[in-house]
Amino acid sequence: MTNVFVHGAGAVSPAGWGLATLFSALEQGVPLPEQDLARPGSTKPLRVRQTPPPPARPAFLSHPRLRRTSPITHFAIAAALEALGAESNADPKDRGRLGLICCAMIGCANYSRRFFEEALRDPVTASPMLFPETVFNAPLSHLAALLGTNSESLTLLGDDGVYLQALALAGSWLLADKVDACLVIAADETDWVASEGVNVFSRHAARADGAGAIYLKAVPPSGQGAILSGVTDAWNFTRPHQPHLLAARMRSQLPPGKPDHWLITSIGGTRKSDSAEVDAWADWPGRRMDARAILGHGHPTLAAWECAAAFEAIRRGSCPVAVVSVVGANEQAIGAWFESHTPAPEIPTPL
Amino acid sequence: MLFPPPVPPKEPRRVVITAAGILTALGRGWNANATAFRAGKTAFRPSMHFDVSRQRVKTAAEIDLPENMPATRLSARSHTRLDRAAKMLLIAAAEAWEQSGWDPSEDLPLILGTTGGGMSLGEAFFRQAIREPISRRGQAERAIYYQAHRQGLVLCEALGFSGPLTLIANACASGANAIGHAWEWVRTGRAERVLAGGYDAITQLVFAGFDSLQALSPTRCRPFDAGRDGLALGEGAAVLAIESLDHARRRNANILGEVCGYAAITDTYHLTQPQPEGKAAFATMRAACAQASVAIEDIGYINAHGTGTSYNDTAEALAINEIAGSAAGRMPVSSTKACIGHLLGGAGAVETVVCLMALHGQWLPPEPGIETPDPICKFPIVREPKDAKLRFAMTNSFGFGGASASLILKGWQ
Repeated sequence: MTNVFVHGAGAVSPAGWGLATLFSALEQGVPLPEQDLARPGSTKPLRVRQTPPPPARPAFLSHPRLRRTSPITHFAIAAALEALGAESNADPKDRGRLGLICCAMIGCANYSRRFFEEALRDPVTASPMLFPETVFNAPLSHLAALLGTNSESLTLLGDDGVYLQALALAGSWLLADKVDACLVIAADETDWVASEGVNVFSRHAARADGAGAIYLKAVPPSGQGAILSGVTDAWNFTRPHQPHLLAARMRSQLPPGKPDHWLITSIGGTRKSDSAEVDAWADWPGRRMDARAILGHGHPTLAAWECAAAFEAIRRGSCPVAVVSVVGANEQAIGAWFESHTPAPEIPTPL
Repeated sequence: MLFPPPVPPKEPRRVVITAAGILTALGRGWNANATAFRAGKTAFRPSMHFDVSRQRVKTAAEIDLPENMPATRLSARSHTRLDRAAKMLLIAAAEAWEQSGWDPSEDLPLILGTTGGGMSLGEAFFRQAIREPISRRGQAERAIYYQAHRQGLVLCEALGFSGPLTLIANACASGANAIGHAWEWVRTGRAERVLAGGYDAITQLVFAGFDSLQALSPTRCRPFDAGRDGLALGEGAAVLAIESLDHARRRNANILGEVCGYAAITDTYHLTQPQPEGKAAFATMRAACAQASVAIEDIGYINAHGTGTSYNDTAEALAINEIAGSAAGRMPVSSTKACIGHLLGGAGAVETVVCLMALHGQWLPPEPGIETPDPICKFPIVREPKDAKLRFAMTNSFGFGGASASLILKGWQ
């Protein structure tokens, strides 16, 4: 086994529930509308890009493990099931060893804030129902229970770029035959505290929530698919390295690009914070989509959306190569690229 | 490039530990902790870092941080930005770094486990946000240093290295997962050396959380005792220098022990409770033994997850009974959480160091406070300080969300 193939992708985003809505929003290139989020103690609301309610109540919410879960779990599971496609209904025994990796930056913000509020008010009445859901790995635990998989599952923390690290880890697991398949997810949910945490750095920054997922295997899909061709080193934002240098190093490890290649970046439309990534890609010859500018600050979830969109672009035949660039909030610059995979035509057996 | 990974060696590399830094409520550093663990000392006291007057339980194994932080490349100003968890991590890492004799480089992976990162700063952010909604003074700094990956990067800056940073948040198995992943990186040739460990500080949210679940012991933590009534929280950190045996030999390093096997699986039974018959714990231990090619009879000591809760200890005891089989009666087991409490994301790393200490010194860490061992345990619980001939030790970590991990360590005489 030398290649890792993308078998599916899923997304829940401010554009809606499903990869198609995400892809459509990125193709249109118009920043999605922001909403007001009430900020207790202030008349001035926070600006966010929240995932809209699902068109119908997701069927998975009837699972007993999911009754008390918060939006982050709903988003993660919806994206994961979409990425799995028809395999989401498979018997766990038929699915083989399914590894799960989930990435987050803030995690279960909603229940954490609510539980801490209750604990400060009076710990005697703090809800024991809320606390377990505040744990970072709660969404992945629920997903594992829903899918009936007991292979290794891992929750990773980091800024936007951690998602690409997770893809690299999943790819390594597959090539080492540690798992038969791996779902790599990122999810985040919006809460006023988490939004204010973004807002203290830029009053115009709109936090986004949702989830993205990529489904990987070491065997090729039967139809049109994509190969995870590479993930660059993670170029850490440690002194004395400057983001410009790190973004340039990231770029140097990625394909130079051709006019028919696509580039999906984490550029957000703010000159100061974008300059390293903008400069790194100034000479890109193909089409460029700036995901953060369109979708908002999704942190690891933003990178997952970028990757899901890259896969979708290849799957639709829009481009043969899609490059993903992530210059994260405060940890790393990292990139990845995907290439199209077309199944070899069947050679007729001589009679 | 992180992917594709380098072509793995034909034979997996042997992986050794050449340094270990540790900070617990029993003390700072290898010697202080080894002396205290060997004697079975305990470190609980009334909790002092936040108001516990309305909590059911009012004690924990807390650390008094030293006034002087270890000399690193960080400025004094930088230290003031760090919360207790980051400082604990830095103290343990600086000890390991100094002991390792490693040179800094730009390609040294750092793999850490934590459940909360800088949660106390997140709490401070929230308090300030509701107390003074208009003022944002200090909030940006709190928002940055609350994040676990920033704590990891601060550690890189302090010690002068860089490389891929992996932060694992798999609840109470995080520290064991971090060491297990470091083992995989070195074993498969992805790195020659990895700095890895786990850390967590007690925070008000976590204390109130475990208390709300009535999981904290209102008396004292005594895992595997028939009368056990809950766990106790602790805090601390452990960081290990992990490298290939070849690399260690080339530089004539002092080897503390070998990581022989690691396994991690997910228990899907419940978010906070283990599968009652211990099937997940059994599967994890069995997979670790298989990975290490070690027969269970060769394991001379098991450092149990042993939280002191009824559910965990019953499931883990049944799993140990089953995996040990006829050898159960000769399988010494203890939970050092009776001494230092449950360190959550730090537990797996600290308990790995305890196993290394036991293998290195050829003794068994006793578990103080046991009155009546639960009759479900077919294995002897180490209750008194005792010398032993040990070749292999196993440490278990089982966390919320079903995160389950076992590590097998070999002594290096």
